[in-house]
Amino acid sequence: MSEAADYAVKMHHVTKTFGKVVANKDVNLELKNGEILALLGENGSGKTTLMNMLSGIYFPDHGEIYVKGKEVTIRSPKDSFALGIGMIHQHFKLVDVLTAAENIVLGLKGKATVNRKEVNRQVALLAEKYGFEMDPAKKIYNMSVSEKQTVEILKVLYKGADILILDEPTAVLTPQETDRLFAVLRNMKKDGKSIIIITHKLNEVMAISDRVAILRKGEYIGSVITAETNQAQLTEMMVGRPISLEIERPAVERGEKRLQVIDLTCLNGDGVKALDNVSFDAYGGEILGVAGIAGSGQKELCEIIAGLYPSIGGSVLYSGSHDGVPVKERILGLKPDEIVKKGISMAFVPEDRLGMGLVAGMDMTDNVMLRSYKSSKGIFVDRKTPRELAEKLINDLEIVTPGVDTPVGRLSGGNVQKVLLGREIACEPSVLIVAYPVRGLDINSSYRIYDLLNEQKKKGVAVIFIGEDLDVLMQLSDRIMVMCGGKVSGIVDPREVTKEEIGLMMIHTGDEMKNEEVTA
Amino acid sequence: MLNTLSGLFTAAVLAGTPLLLGALGEILTEKSGNLNLGVEGMMFMGAITGLAGSYYYEQAVIQAGGTPNGPASALVALFTSFIAGSLGALIYGFLTITLRANQNVTGLTLTIFGTGFGNFFGEYIGQQAGGYVAVSDVTKGVFSKMNIPVLSDIPVIGSLLFRYNWLVYFAVVVAIIMAWFFNRSRVGLNLRAVGENPATADAAGINITLYKYLATVIGGGICGIGGMYMSMVTTSGVWVHDCVSGYGWLAVALVIFATWSPARAMAVALVFGGLTIMRMYINIPGLPAQIYDMLPYVATIIVLVVTSMRESKEHAQPKSCGLNYFREER
Amino acid sequence: MSSHGTQAKEPLIRMVKRDTISQNKAWGIRAAAFVLSLVTGGIVILMLGHNPFSVYASMVKGAWGSRTVIYETVKLAVPLLITAIGISFAFKMKFWNIGAEGQILVGAVAAGAFGLFTAHIFPKLPLVILMILASIVAGGLYGLLPAVCKAKWGTNETLFTLMLNYIALAFIKYLMNGPWKAEGSSFPKIGMLVPGARLTKVLGVHWGWILALILVVVAYIYFNKTKQGYEIAVVGESTNTARYAGINVGRVFRRTMFISGALCGLVGMLQFAGADYTITEGTAGGVGFTAITVAWLAKMNPFGMLVVSVFIAMLERGANAIQTQFKIPASASDLLIGIILFFMLGCEFFISYKLIGRGKEEHDA
Repeated sequence: MSEAADYAVKMHHVTKTFGKVVANKDVNLELKNGEILALLGENGSGKTTLMNMLSGIYFPDHGEIYVKGKEVTIRSPKDSFALGIGMIHQHFKLVDVLTAAENIVLGLKGKATVNRKEVNRQVALLAEKYGFEMDPAKKIYNMSVSEKQTVEILKVLYKGADILILDEPTAVLTPQETDRLFAVLRNMKKDGKSIIIITHKLNEVMAISDRVAILRKGEYIGSVITAETNQAQLTEMMVGRPISLEIERPAVERGEKRLQVIDLTCLNGDGVKALDNVSFDAYGGEILGVAGIAGSGQKELCEIIAGLYPSIGGSVLYSGSHDGVPVKERILGLKPDEIVKKGISMAFVPEDRLGMGLVAGMDMTDNVMLRSYKSSKGIFVDRKTPRELAEKLINDLEIVTPGVDTPVGRLSGGNVQKVLLGREIACEPSVLIVAYPVRGLDINSSYRIYDLLNEQKKKGVAVIFIGEDLDVLMQLSDRIMVMCGGKVSGIVDPREVTKEEIGLMMIHTGDEMKNEEVTA
Repeated sequence: MLNTLSGLFTAAVLAGTPLLLGALGEILTEKSGNLNLGVEGMMFMGAITGLAGSYYYEQAVIQAGGTPNGPASALVALFTSFIAGSLGALIYGFLTITLRANQNVTGLTLTIFGTGFGNFFGEYIGQQAGGYVAVSDVTKGVFSKMNIPVLSDIPVIGSLLFRYNWLVYFAVVVAIIMAWFFNRSRVGLNLRAVGENPATADAAGINITLYKYLATVIGGGICGIGGMYMSMVTTSGVWVHDCVSGYGWLAVALVIFATWSPARAMAVALVFGGLTIMRMYINIPGLPAQIYDMLPYVATIIVLVVTSMRESKEHAQPKSCGLNYFREER
Repeated sequence: MSSHGTQAKEPLIRMVKRDTISQNKAWGIRAAAFVLSLVTGGIVILMLGHNPFSVYASMVKGAWGSRTVIYETVKLAVPLLITAIGISFAFKMKFWNIGAEGQILVGAVAAGAFGLFTAHIFPKLPLVILMILASIVAGGLYGLLPAVCKAKWGTNETLFTLMLNYIALAFIKYLMNGPWKAEGSSFPKIGMLVPGARLTKVLGVHWGWILALILVVVAYIYFNKTKQGYEIAVVGESTNTARYAGINVGRVFRRTMFISGALCGLVGMLQFAGADYTITEGTAGGVGFTAITVAWLAKMNPFGMLVVSVFIAMLERGANAIQTQFKIPASASDLLIGIILFFMLGCEFFISYKLIGRGKEEHDA
């Protein structure tokens, strides 16, 4: 066996640009046969782009790729499969209305007709071999997140891939599910498969990988053997300077009750309860974290409070002040404009920034006035005040933009979020709801957002923080409410529980656990 | 009474066939994620080229001193109308798939263009022919009802099911093939994935561009044949100004009522075919003919509203319909 | 460079999104597309055995050659322009109102209800005002109906508005054959508006053209300076964002579609009382569809629509001229409009993207 053949994949001097943005610059990457390589880097450092050139989604501008010792040209996903490369994307690439098995055989060569029975049998066998539990005939839209991920992995295995790429596979999983996934990955490694796992979570890198390759701002920084490194060194390589990854949790005396949610219940589009008797209080001067696997009712909760989603029961009480006058209101059922009219200052940073919080095609001025354009008198809009505010935001929050007239859709993710959060904070809210505010942001932007949230907390604002990264939630929040299947499984003090305990609460509500104890 | 009903049924089948063909073409197109509102235009293009194809074939044979052959003439019409519809769809496909233009507006433009195309060449060829363009009796004969040995002679059933022109059976066969294609075939499964979630299909190694082009162009061809039915059967081989007038749009509506299923499209086309000709069979005293003419349109609106009231995950428009797909976008 | 490098196997042509493009360059691309579309039209003319230059020249002359034809051209441009403005209200919020034909027809019928049957009761001024109001209300309500259903259940408005066209058409046929049939006529047709009630001419054409010019300015201000115009823009970009911003999306749908339909209805009144003096199946005459083209080509800018509508009116007027002169059917104008629009739709791609040949760098391309 030649020396080159020891490597499953070699990427040499690979460069990829999008317009003026250089996503990957002269990157070298090597994956040895039978190893688990962690590809580490911040959001926006070009990890996914690099891997997409292996999976055939993108085509490199420059550079060479070698697979199993041979130079190859990967022009399409088809070429990639043919080389035995399989990628599990962060955003699942599954067709909702098809079954698991149908998704698995999608795009494969074979007889003109698809024998569903036979395919189901084969998929079931494969699932059994790796210890997955799943029904091949189940439609994707009926599946949970982790079931969907199972389908994704089976899809790649079914095609006979021996080089697997997983893009942030743990982002949507509970700690327990993550452990199970890692066990499967180790099995695959034993099976002789070579694996690249993209992540920005250091503890996972340490737990699963043999070697770590680091990207920063599209450039390859280097690689280290996992056993010979530590988190501090990895951080420095990833960020470019030694920084503390500690998130500040300033001590602020808890203020008065701002928001009281009682027995809130709502249905989703299919008539199933998306929220089931949710009750909690939010106080001024604290950050209430909300944890839970995706789709546990977080979105509905935010939108009901903001007046954007209908409920079928419960109530939401607000107490605050408007121009020094105390305001106490039941806000459930009010539309967003009615909420404003009642003098309630509540701000909401939705998960879908450009699809809900902002208008991508409009400039900053028009976006800044989105929530306040009605306040001026007469039938004409006043663009002067919002323009001044936009300019102020650019200065205060160091928003990188060609100017206030540039459509916000052209800004980078971090700057988009600064525009959105900046606008919401500018209305001096007494309740601030933020949903996944750092998703997709690089470390610097993320920390800037944490700082802004802490500033609001110090001002006495009640902050509700919907998060997905448990480490962040546990460091930033004063209390954490854990949701599971639309129910509150508990409200805990992050200083007194472990991550695993929260993980358990994410998949079991309190009642179930009690039942289990009884049966045990 | 029974006679009226069987007469109504027969007429409904005849009137529903062009709707069925238009709807089938559009179902195929939409399954690839392309919402082509140019059905009316493509039907116009098929209508005139089908007629012109037969007409010029006849002229050419007569000039050469021969006698035109009916089935050959029909085949020419089938072929030319399919090509014309495909070409219309190809323009649409090129603009939306390759050049990423807005699907709604491109489809509307195709309707304007196709309507102009049909009427323009209809009049132009008519002028050349010295007044109006019409095919000879030989061709007309092929497009009139068939007499199938044995089957056509079965009492009741024979006249209800086995005495139509060949295009009716052609349309039914297309519907059945298409139903099989979507539900059983591998390519059909891939096509559904393209329409539902092109990014996924792309990652699965399916050639999105190819699938979209093929589905759109073949779909357009089928719409073109539907148009040919209008000029060859409905108006009996004579070019009538604005002969498609609204049938293409009804076909687009049928796609929604058929919930993107070729099998259901047959039933829905029958119902709407019936509505368009009802005034000739059922007479309600005091109701003027023009009010009857509103029926299919009023029914369309009612069904539109009713279907919009309920939501369904599976019997719905392919999810990416109306949106263009670009891979390198960031 | 080694022949084994990926360079040699890179796709022949790649496309890359442009960051920005100068306005001049963008308009240059559009102008080129326009010229190409005329060339394509010219090739069609050539294939029919005519000289494209003389046909185009004849079209221009047919539209601007004399005082009378200029009046006729303006008369065609007025309904196109007002309808296009009406449609752009809906299109700006991505509400695909293709029911302008029907809205024009019901506007005409509503105006006709007063114009034809109360001309002996009211003097001219109140009668005209009544006709205007009636057409606005009728057209507006006809546009409101699909908006209500869309707001409530998300009903597909494209097909809904389109079906309303055919219903309005059947209704007019019904009026022609029955209740409104002109006395003593063997044909199914509706009687004529008495001369005393017809719209006054200003500089040779009924005053609708002045109204159209005013509407251009008003619509521009409405879209760009008012809160309602801003709401339309937000709803058009994303209904989700609109709801988040506290905009009542349903109300914006309803209000805007009422305005859209009302403007189209007004066109029906102008056609009836200013141009045709009667109502036929041809009262709308495809204006509702052609106006979509106008609005789109002008990118929903009212001033742009002014230019485009005059141009399209010229094409249509010119098509009549070439029919008499060259025996080219007048439907040629539809064909040509289609071709022009195809090219204009296609050229936007080259404004947003540029193509890079194999081996070339982005920066020097």
